[in-house]
Amino acid sequence: MVFQTLRIALRSLRVNKLRTALTMLGIMIGVGAVIAMVSVGTGAQARVAEQIQSLGSNLIIVLPGSRNSAGLRLGQGSQVTITEDDAAAIGREIPLVQAVAPSSRGNAQVVYGNLNWSTNITGVTSDFFEARDWAIYSGRPILREDTDGATKVALLGQTAALNLFGDSDPVGEIIRIKKVPFTVVGVLTRKGQTTWGQDQDDVIVIPLSTAKKKVLGASQANSRSVHSISIKVLPGEDMSEAEAQVRTLLRDRHRLQPYQEDDFWIRNLAEVLQTQEETSAVLTYLLAAIASVSLLVGGIGIMNIMLVSVTERTREIGLRMAVGARGRDILTQFLVEAVTLSLIGGIIGIVLGIGSSNAISYFAEWHTVLAPGAVVLAFGFAAAIGIFFGFYPARKASRLDPIEALRYE
Amino acid sequence: MPIIATEGLAKDYRLGPHTVHALRGVSVTLERGEFVAVMGPSGSGKSTLMNLLGCLDRPTAGRYWLDGEDVAQLSRDQLATVRNAKIGFVFQQFNLLPRTSAIENVELPLLYAGGNPRTRRERARARLDEVGLAQREHHHPSQLSGGQQQRVAIARALVNDPAVILADEPTGNLDTRTSAEIMALLQRLNRGGLTIVLVTHEPDIAAFAGRRLVFRDGRLTSDERGSAEDAAAVLASLPEEEAIV
Repeated sequence: MVFQTLRIALRSLRVNKLRTALTMLGIMIGVGAVIAMVSVGTGAQARVAEQIQSLGSNLIIVLPGSRNSAGLRLGQGSQVTITEDDAAAIGREIPLVQAVAPSSRGNAQVVYGNLNWSTNITGVTSDFFEARDWAIYSGRPILREDTDGATKVALLGQTAALNLFGDSDPVGEIIRIKKVPFTVVGVLTRKGQTTWGQDQDDVIVIPLSTAKKKVLGASQANSRSVHSISIKVLPGEDMSEAEAQVRTLLRDRHRLQPYQEDDFWIRNLAEVLQTQEETSAVLTYLLAAIASVSLLVGGIGIMNIMLVSVTERTREIGLRMAVGARGRDILTQFLVEAVTLSLIGGIIGIVLGIGSSNAISYFAEWHTVLAPGAVVLAFGFAAAIGIFFGFYPARKASRLDPIEALRYE
Repeated sequence: MPIIATEGLAKDYRLGPHTVHALRGVSVTLERGEFVAVMGPSGSGKSTLMNLLGCLDRPTAGRYWLDGEDVAQLSRDQLATVRNAKIGFVFQQFNLLPRTSAIENVELPLLYAGGNPRTRRERARARLDEVGLAQREHHHPSQLSGGQQQRVAIARALVNDPAVILADEPTGNLDTRTSAEIMALLQRLNRGGLTIVLVTHEPDIAAFAGRRLVFRDGRLTSDERGSAEDAAAVLASLPEEEAIV
């Protein structure tokens, strides 16, 4: 019987092909727009998520701040106010922390054979890789023995490796940083750009102790000072809470009075990116909502056409009733017609949406991600619209009086 | 057992504050195999009677047995099932589905009866053959003449093997010759044992029926049996040029 009703409905839709196609067009555009727009939004979200991933999630970075000396306020980083001992204290006293890595950096000319390259030199401890979620591509990381013994070993970022070694394997080779020979012991995995477009892979990582002694030089004021402390908070812990504890500890260690400003900066970058991610999620919802409006309009189009169709086919309905169609047969027929319209429109819309999503990423060079959820949702929504907007006309048809309907001109 | 029996069948319509007594108690019995013409001026209640006999409507009062079953107070859906199984309708306007082939039109009542599609097609084809349109099964109504369309409609009325055929002015839209053809077809089916109730206001057409019921003001005023004219003979006597539709 279901099959029979479907046959009757399909037969009726075939009878008026142009109108069927035009009615479907509304749903097609609606579903297509929802899928395309959601994939644009999801693409933006995915990009932000990638950046969070590359930065290391749960990451807090402490930077040296300005020091207010006798009313003269100096800029950020003007004083090297954070030290390796601060880092050690954070690791020791704050239980929320998984890893702490102090580091110093500077620029230097690096030479290998007849090639040279100016790059960022970062002095790190063995915890750096864990704190920054930075995996080793080949070779080995900086170990505790390296920092303890100030060994002359180096790990290359992907960009630095490419510029100095091209395609050949750098591990085991000797490079010169500020004329000091270093043995390359490893290569880091690709990290990509930061949100602000800085290439994180253009870097050479060496032991912090070596960096201070041989390359960057130690601060005259405090030989223990560093340029930044990377803090990785245990997964699932509250970042704001960790940030507050770090602030309290550092203020305490730096003997700051309550009226004094912090002499350091805390950057909770994951939080910043989180906000960005939320923004792009809102963007996705907004785009989906706008596209849904066209889906809704498509649904109203279906209702419109179905109402016209019911009026136009009043005699047909009367006849069907006269030859034995019950109210529910008529109801099902018109409902199936409406749902068939919206489902076929929906399927074509999915193809259209996937196509335009690909076209957007190809022509506009906008990263789009096709969300299967959005496809399923849009299709389900189209079916629901068919039922919702088809029901009223169908019920109207099913309640016609056969005598009146047969007499209808 | 009569095929149709009514007892004090009455139908009132409310029209604003007024009540219209369309049918004021009709008791009539039709035997199996009868060919009955229902006559009367407009407003006489003959259409109301046809609607009641056709199970399209329910009487205000009275009883109605169709093929032994009391159908006077069935629900809408039950009436639909009765119509599907026991009644074949033939209308003045033919009422074929447009852009639908002749055979699909004939099949229509079977769609609501359920059953297997191949049997349906076979039965529909047999009925089309019976009305002489076996060669036209894939033609759409717009490709058929008025007489042919009415034949398709008759085939559709027959397809469910109904207890009775209700024909409401079946020749109202046809010329004299085609009318005679349709009446000849109905007479042939009647001789095969089919019960036919025919509504008409034309005495010429009513003359083809063996029994004539005349209505006036919602009451049955005359019920006479007489010899029916032979439509085939009338058709033969008509001049040829009348055949142009």
